Amino acid sequence: MTRYYSQDHEWIEVDGETGTVGVTDYAQGQLGDITFVELPAVGSALKKGDAPCVVDSVKAASDVYAPASGTVTETNAALNDAPELVNSDPEKSGWLFRLTLSDIGELAGLMDRAAYDAFVGGL
Amino acid sequence: MTEPYDIEDPDVGEPEVLSLPLDAWHRARGARMVEFAGYWMPVQYDGIIAEHLWTRENAGLFDVSHMGQLLITGEDADAALEALLPIDLSTLKLGSQRYSLLLDENGGILDDLIVSRWPDSLFLVVNGATKWDDIAHLRENLPDEVTLNHLDEQALLALQGPKAFAALERHISGEYPLSALTFMHFGKFEIAGVPVTVSRSGYTGEDGFEISLPGEAAEKVATLLCGEPEVKPIGLGARDSLRLEAGLPLYGHDLDLETTPMDAGLTFAINKRRRAEGGFMGADKVLSELGKLYHRRVGFAVEGKQSVREGALLFDQDNAQIGHITSGGFSPTLGRPIAMGYVAGIYLEPGTVLEADVRGKRVSVTVAVMPFVPHRYHR
Repeated sequence: MTRYYSQDHEWIEVDGETGTVGVTDYAQGQLGDITFVELPAVGSALKKGDAPCVVDSVKAASDVYAPASGTVTETNAALNDAPELVNSDPEKSGWLFRLTLSDIGELAGLMDRAAYDAFVGGL
Repeated sequence: MTEPYDIEDPDVGEPEVLSLPLDAWHRARGARMVEFAGYWMPVQYDGIIAEHLWTRENAGLFDVSHMGQLLITGEDADAALEALLPIDLSTLKLGSQRYSLLLDENGGILDDLIVSRWPDSLFLVVNGATKWDDIAHLRENLPDEVTLNHLDEQALLALQGPKAFAALERHISGEYPLSALTFMHFGKFEIAGVPVTVSRSGYTGEDGFEISLPGEAAEKVATLLCGEPEVKPIGLGARDSLRLEAGLPLYGHDLDLETTPMDAGLTFAINKRRRAEGGFMGADKVLSELGKLYHRRVGFAVEGKQSVREGALLFDQDNAQIGHITSGGFSPTLGRPIAMGYVAGIYLEPGTVLEADVRGKRVSVTVAVMPFVPHRYHR
């Protein structure tokens, strides 16, 4: 399994053709207390850069972008009752949705952890 | 992910963002600083929900030094200010303060403010984001014999919450005991040798105080107050969620030049004598609207968990657009979203069900009585 990061602070963990998407710890820190997550519908087809998911914090609503194209296969049902998981454990149990990737080649445009850390360090 | 805050990079040709006296103090306490009203301000420390709940249960210290503190002096200062505000200054006694509105010629709201009667002057506290426009408007419209001083070396702290009194009383001395100070009154006091003006007022719906003090003493006083077990520093984020629960409008969002006192439900700020006599800027429009119902600011309970925010349009059962949301967000005290907005005059009844358009999705909202959380002022 390999994990990639976007400049918009999403992560995607890739296992074969399946990608699991969430937001980074840096992102949750910027968002503040998360009160609601609007998840995409299972079966919806996403293009890289679509905004299928909204994370609502006390302060603002923020789009989460699809870091790669694919079809949504599963969403994190635990977030319906505990959206704060995105704050407390954003890069594990606070994951948002899974998708079957339609173009593995898109991942080449994303960063690895070291590159993402350097990117955040420069913000 | 979109940026949740408008964080302006000070290096990229934007107007310079200014620092307030407590800037380093906030940063040393882990505040996240954002640009607000031209200043670096703390938006949060531990997290908005924790800070919000702490203030409702204990006491929070807010730095609101970005607000404008203005002193108006001169022989006919009362009459000159009455020409601009719908306030009756003949009934504003020494040591008292009152909410008022700065109106333009069309009755639109330029700002909302607090007017206090000091011994030889009138003291105004105006919003940070509007203070430069307010000062220009006042300078243009006040006669030459009346002097306007911008007290820009003064800091302003707000200590708010049910334990604010206990914490402040340990450090304060003055012309009378703090216990004698009641809501919307003020007095001259000292905190650790620093001369301060303290009013019993605020923007959270809780009992609390607003403390005007010299900027160079702000760190000393803030450190002293936050040394009390009841007190934590609180950011602007919780200040906004607290005032929304209290049903208090925020200028630039719930009030603006397009809203009149009647629309905003603020006709209490048009004092009785001024209704009869007029003679203030915008009086023709404001007085002709009294009693008429075009649209009005109301509160909303929101179905579900998704917040309905500023700008969301409101629709009735026939899908006619009949209003819009001006403030909205998650209520930490109630554990659900709440909102404030304007609706056409026939939809004011609490319990009226409407629909809000939230990013293309319809969310049911119900007109609700404000405040959402009861006020606990010390009257």
